[in-house]
This record gives sequence, structure tokens and C-alpha cells, in this order.
Amino acid sequence: MTREEPAGADGTSPAPARHRPSWWRMLGRDRAASAAAVVLAVTTLVALFGRLVIGDRAQRQDLDASLRPPSLGEGVYGLLGTDVLGRSVLARLVDAAATTLSVAVPAVLCSLLIGSALGLWAGYHGGRRESVAMRVADVILSFPSLLVAVVVLYVFSPSALNLVLILAVARIPVYLRTARAEAAELRSRLFVDAARTFGTPGREIIRRHILPIALPTLLTVATLDFCFVMLTESSLSFLGIGIQPPDVSWGLMVAQGRQYLQTAWWITVLPGLAIVLTTVSATVLAAWARIATDPAQRWRLTLPVKRRGASAAVPPEMIP
Amino acid sequence: MTTTAVPAAPSADTPALDVEGLCVDLSTPSGRLRAVDGVSFSVRRGRTLALLGESGCGKSMTALSVVGLLDPAAEVTGGAVRVRGSDTLRMSPAERRKLAGPVLSIVFQDALTALNPVQPVGRQIGEPFRIHRGLSRREAREKAIELMTRVGIPEPRERARSYPHQFSGGMRQRLLIAMAVALDPDVLIADEPTTALDVTVQAQIMRLLRDLQDEREMAVVLITHDLAVVAQRADDVVVMYAGTVVEEGPVREVFSRPRHPYTRGLLDSVPEHAVRGRPLPAVPGSPPELSAVPSGCVFQDRCPLVRERCVRERPPLRASGDGRSAACHFSEELARA
Repeated sequence: MTREEPAGADGTSPAPARHRPSWWRMLGRDRAASAAAVVLAVTTLVALFGRLVIGDRAQRQDLDASLRPPSLGEGVYGLLGTDVLGRSVLARLVDAAATTLSVAVPAVLCSLLIGSALGLWAGYHGGRRESVAMRVADVILSFPSLLVAVVVLYVFSPSALNLVLILAVARIPVYLRTARAEAAELRSRLFVDAARTFGTPGREIIRRHILPIALPTLLTVATLDFCFVMLTESSLSFLGIGIQPPDVSWGLMVAQGRQYLQTAWWITVLPGLAIVLTTVSATVLAAWARIATDPAQRWRLTLPVKRRGASAAVPPEMIP
Repeated sequence: MTTTAVPAAPSADTPALDVEGLCVDLSTPSGRLRAVDGVSFSVRRGRTLALLGESGCGKSMTALSVVGLLDPAAEVTGGAVRVRGSDTLRMSPAERRKLAGPVLSIVFQDALTALNPVQPVGRQIGEPFRIHRGLSRREAREKAIELMTRVGIPEPRERARSYPHQFSGGMRQRLLIAMAVALDPDVLIADEPTTALDVTVQAQIMRLLRDLQDEREMAVVLITHDLAVVAQRADDVVVMYAGTVVEEGPVREVFSRPRHPYTRGLLDSVPEHAVRGRPLPAVPGSPPELSAVPSGCVFQDRCPLVRERCVRERPPLRASGDGRSAACHFSEELARA
């Protein structure tokens, strides 16, 4: 039963982390998740440091080199072709990565934090607090979020900060409802009662007993929402009230390249691909994290790679 | 969090837990029902009181109201639950939390669901220390390992990092007991602690509970429907039927000379007492629906001795001076028979 590793055998200061297989090893056992982690790591690095490398290449125009297809002969910046103004698509992708992530990540984190906190609190306590929180969520949900964004961004200046705020507020109900549902179910579990029998106050119960169980679900929702937020940002940029040129985001690149789709597919397809790759990686990694954080499921990630094969999701005793 | 002040421990002769006239009402679509009707009992430190009765007689409801875990649909409408001289039913939630753990604690029947599935057990057992004594994570962990050793978990230091699903049923029950006795409570309520276990493990768990009780001088309230467990373990017994107490007294005497026909019926239905070759005697019928508890004696529909008086008036729980009481008009008659 105990999957004990010799590392924890010193006995004096047993670190809890030693008991489960290390995160790295569990990640290594899941090829899809490892690939996703690599993609996300590369994207993050590019977003953080890419601008230092490319300088102003994303804005540098060269009308002679307009609409060049991807080719190997034009140096690094010609690798992925050029857009109508002759700007390097590669450089623009790198520049856009920073903008896109700097909108999507804070927006998702804000709504995740606020929505989950409110939802867990409402779901655990129930009653009037729950009703108020849920009605607020309903009100937010009853507006088409894109329409609200359009109105708000027209009234206020369409800056990145406003974009983050409006996206965050629009997505709070998603987390609020998920967290409330989880907390409402968990509060009637016996182990919550057991914690109450030795005097654990409500906020501690939420922190110790409810949050750890709800968290994997909320993180999965967050990664799915990540792509929604990126796409919404694209739509807003497309409408001209999101990211403003000369800044560029992946969504804006798709929008700008739309009219050249028949002649120059690379301007649209490549940023689209970047969006898809990032969101799929986030989702795959979230699925992995869900299993890795669940003590009862973790064994799946400790099986040798060969045996897991195609039937990875079936416990060994259920394989005929 | 700082160490919380708790009222002083009771002296030897005052009861550690004193329940008086406890009434619990249930709100249902068809109106309010009385699930617990004027239940009284008290336990002193070091003694064991058994609450005995069949399913649905209100024994768990009584226990839950004592520890303050009643479902929102249920409401305590009367009575008092006194620990250390103060009535927990009239306390604020914060005051009550101070008592939960160091004074009153409970062991649940279903150990798997009573443990958090995503927390290593060491952390869970340490939780009372973190909450009440403000110990650090590491200190709480050491305490948890001590307790796990005490309740007989082998290799506690390693096992503290395991999760509940990695333990067997008996071990899980031991973990729950460890958590319940963590803060040295005056009163331990054990709500059918062995029902989900097989017989050999049951015996081990009961022995563990007794050892802990002797060691820590706890008052134990044992909720069960198992007559054998009551006979072996309890000092006193309270027999409940349809939300009321029908008989109480020292186990030995109640079991040898029951003064209520229900107790009598229960004892007769134990297979060991049956005569070979004859059908096993049973108490005929089933307990009344809570919505249809008769106005006279609650047991009248199933009682072999029922007479006209039983239908007319409900017999009060009468003390007979020798530490026993029974709620039957004809208990003397039954005692003589």
C-alpha cells in the first residue's frame, strides 16, 4: 500500500512531498502532459523575453517584402512569411504572445480568485449569502458579455487594463457557480461535520477541507476559460475596441489577416495555430494536474509508460 | 489562534454530560414532527452509558443535537444539554466551538466518509491541535503521530502521510477515534462506532475505546442497537423507543429484570436466549411513524400487555428508587412476572 520511497526514510524531518512520486516523475509518465508543459513553458518564455530579442522587428515595415510566403531563404524573420506591410509574421507572433498572455492570464486569474472565493463562501454558508451571490452571478450572466464589453470599452478607453477588468468581471459567474456547487455538496459531507465536532471555524473548514477538493475542478474550468478569454479578446480586437495597433495580439493578427485569407493564409493561420496550441496545452496540463492532485487517482501516473499504453484510464484490475 | 479558555473540569460527582428533557422537532412537508421527545440522561466521567434502540428511534438525533450538528430541518425545541455546568444549547456558535474537541467529541459510524479523502491522515489528526492549541504544522504532526501510535496504527510515521483510502476499515475507525480523543475530551460520543466493521475488528475497536476511556477518564455515550455490545461495555443503559426513553438503569439489572415490555421484547429476540426448535421470538410490528405516534403509550401497538389505560394516558418515566426507571403503567407487574 505504501508507495514508500527510500528518500523519506531518514525519519527525522519527513517532508510530505516525498511520499508521493515527485511531480516531475508523474509528469514524465504522461507524454501528452509533458509535451503540453513544454509548449506552455516555451510560450511563457517567449512572452516574457521575446521582445528583448526581436526589438522593433514587429513594427518594422518593408513594403517591398509585402505578403511573402513562409520560406527558408529570407533569414529568421522571413521564416513564417510577412504581412501586407512587409512586417515579419514571426516577429509579430512573438510580440503578440506577450500582449495576449498579459491580457488573458490576469483576466483568468482575477476571475478565478474572486469567483472561487465568493462561490466557496456562498456555497458553504448557504442561505441568504448564497442567494445574494447567485443572483449577482445571474445578473452578470444575463448580459451578453461581449455586448457589455463593447459598451464599456466604448465609454472608457480601450486600454489593456480595462480589457482585463471587463473580461474578469464577465467570467466571474462561471467560477462562482462551479465553486458554489462544489462547496454546497461538500459541506454536507461527514468529514466537514467531523471537523466541526472539534471546533474548526467556517473559514478554516473552507480552506482545509473544501478548497483542496474543489480546486482541481476550478483549475480545469480556468484553463478552458483561458481559451474563451483569448477568443473574446480576439473578437474585441477584431471590432477595434480591444488591443489597439501598433500593439498586436494573436486575435488581432487573425482579424487583420482575414481579408488576405485567400492569397496569404499564413497571416491568419499561424496566430490561430498559436491560440489553439496554447489552449490545448493548457487543457491537457489541467487534465494531468487533476489526476496528479487526486490521491486516489495518482497511481495512474505511477504506472510504467509501456503498460499504460492506450488504455491508460483503466485501473489494472479492470483490464480484462 | 491562541489557546482558548474552557470552563474548569467538573468535580467527580457532577455529571460530565447532563441531558435534560431534550426535544427535537423535524420540519417536514406534512408539518412538524417530534423526533426526540423529552430525553434525559447523564453520564459521569469514567462511566459508559449506552443509548439503545432500533433504527429511527431518535438515538442518533439525540447525539447530533448534543454535539450541535443537527440538520437544518431539525430544531431543538426544548431541554438542556449541560457540560461543565453550562448549557450548550444556549451558547453562541463561538462559545460552542471552544467546547467542541476539548470537552465534547464524537466518533462517527462511517469512517471513510468522515475523513477528508484528499488530505494525508496525519494532517487531519493534527487539525484539532492546530485549531485549539495553535500548534505549528510540525508540532501538530508530532502529536498526530503520537496519537496514531496510541490507537495502534503500525508504522505511524510513515502512515501519517497516507490518505484515508489507503487504510482498511478498522484502521480508519482507529484514526477517527484518534481524532476524537485528540484533545482529551470529558465526553466521547460514539455513534455506532463498530456497525460498519466485521466482528473481530469490532472487538478490537471496542477494546481500544475502553482502554482510552480508562486512561483518560472520559465519559462515553455509546449509541448502538447491538445488545451484546451494550451488555459487555456499558455501565448504564437508556432504552429509547419512538423518540422517548422507555427504560433506564444499570445494564446488569435492566437486562436481567427488564421493567418495560419493549426491553423485554428486545432481550427475548436475542438468538442465544431462544428455545431450540421454536420460532425466534420477535417484537411484532414496527415502530410508529413519527407522524402517527399514539397519544397514549408509544409502545401500545406492539405491546403484549396493552390495556385500556395504555391507550388513554401516556405512562411517565417513573424512577423506582433503585437507580432505575421505566415508562410503563405495569412495570411492577412485569418485574414480578
